[in-house]
Amino acid sequence: METNLLSLFVKSIFVDNMIFAYFLGMCSYLAVSKNVKTSLGLGIAVTFVLVVTVPVNFYLNQYLQANDLGFLSFILFIAVIAGIVQLVEMVVERFSPSLYASLGIFLPLIAVNCAIMGASLFMQQRVSTDITSAGAATVYGLGSGIGWLLAIVGLAAIREKMQFSDVPAPLKGLGITFITVGLMALAFMSFSGLKI
Amino acid sequence: MSQLFSKKNKEVFSNPLSLNNPITVQVLGICSALAVTAKLEPAIVMGLSVTVITAFSNVIISLLRKTIPNRIRIIVQLVVVAALVTIVSEILKAFAYDVSVQLSVYVGLIITNCILMGRLEAFAMQNAPWESFLDGLGNGLGYAKILFIIAFFREILGSGSIFNYNFVDALHLQEYGYLNNGLMILPPMALVVCGCIIWYQRSRNKDLQEK
Repeated sequence: METNLLSLFVKSIFVDNMIFAYFLGMCSYLAVSKNVKTSLGLGIAVTFVLVVTVPVNFYLNQYLQANDLGFLSFILFIAVIAGIVQLVEMVVERFSPSLYASLGIFLPLIAVNCAIMGASLFMQQRVSTDITSAGAATVYGLGSGIGWLLAIVGLAAIREKMQFSDVPAPLKGLGITFITVGLMALAFMSFSGLKI
Repeated sequence: MSQLFSKKNKEVFSNPLSLNNPITVQVLGICSALAVTAKLEPAIVMGLSVTVITAFSNVIISLLRKTIPNRIRIIVQLVVVAALVTIVSEILKAFAYDVSVQLSVYVGLIITNCILMGRLEAFAMQNAPWESFLDGLGNGLGYAKILFIIAFFREILGSGSIFNYNFVDALHLQEYGYLNNGLMILPPMALVVCGCIIWYQRSRNKDLQEK
């Protein structure tokens, strides 16, 4: 059982990377990745929200499937996510006002980050295969968050250095970022046969 | 009738198709645009679904805009969008099951598609229903257009087929030494193709270039 959880953890960071394999969370990813420090803060916030929402949605999903209410899962998942993000916002504001100020608008925007909803939907799909317990769901959430954090910090580091490169005008900014992320995704594909 | 299609309304509809395109200019809705474009059929179904959902959720929120309290407006928007997505998802499962399996979680992810939330906040909350409908329709079609272009190149170069009609096999192109570019079906190329589309659009349109 322990090797299964470790394998799930490593797989969800590298093989099923939220950005490079499934393109989830791209909007805030592209908007925030100009600066390594803010990217780190956002990555940690996303990881924290994932670790809390995926197990809660796991239990919710079990209840819905048992009562044949599967079609309500979209509405209830997003409601849970919005509620938990609101809670996280209040906790961060109370215990760390400086972090709250530096994250600004991006903290409430985590509620509509596709990576959070996507992790819950993937968990729902994989309930019968590898995510069979709340522990596995937590590990999956943690791994997905860390994978997202690695991706955003990596891209921010590259973009900071690229400010001094001679990029052609039509490619500057968004265009070259897309191509860079594509090359990073290509590199991450090398993990695809990974087995622990 | 001329009021309905006045010059301003025509602009509201046509701007997102090219100048203010949701994907390449506003940078919204990237996630699903890259994930479902390996083949043309799911890309078109996804484009149409997003168009329908954006247009109707814009109308509904625009009708409700004066009555929503400010503190809970994100939650109200999410509930309206989630309800519409649930309806579209059930329709897809009933009438186009194979495509809905290919689209898997990305149909559900339309709820968090930034185009929807972005247009609801930026347009529907401040404008009348008909204009919001045109705006939703325009943004959805602009999104569908980019999806179509990306899927077109990826399917032709990656699987040698169009709409699942495999013309490489039909014309026996393998005998001339032509092989499909398998990399095109994989995630990295979606990003690179999208980058090239942005490159092309910005080289034709100098004011979109960043300093």
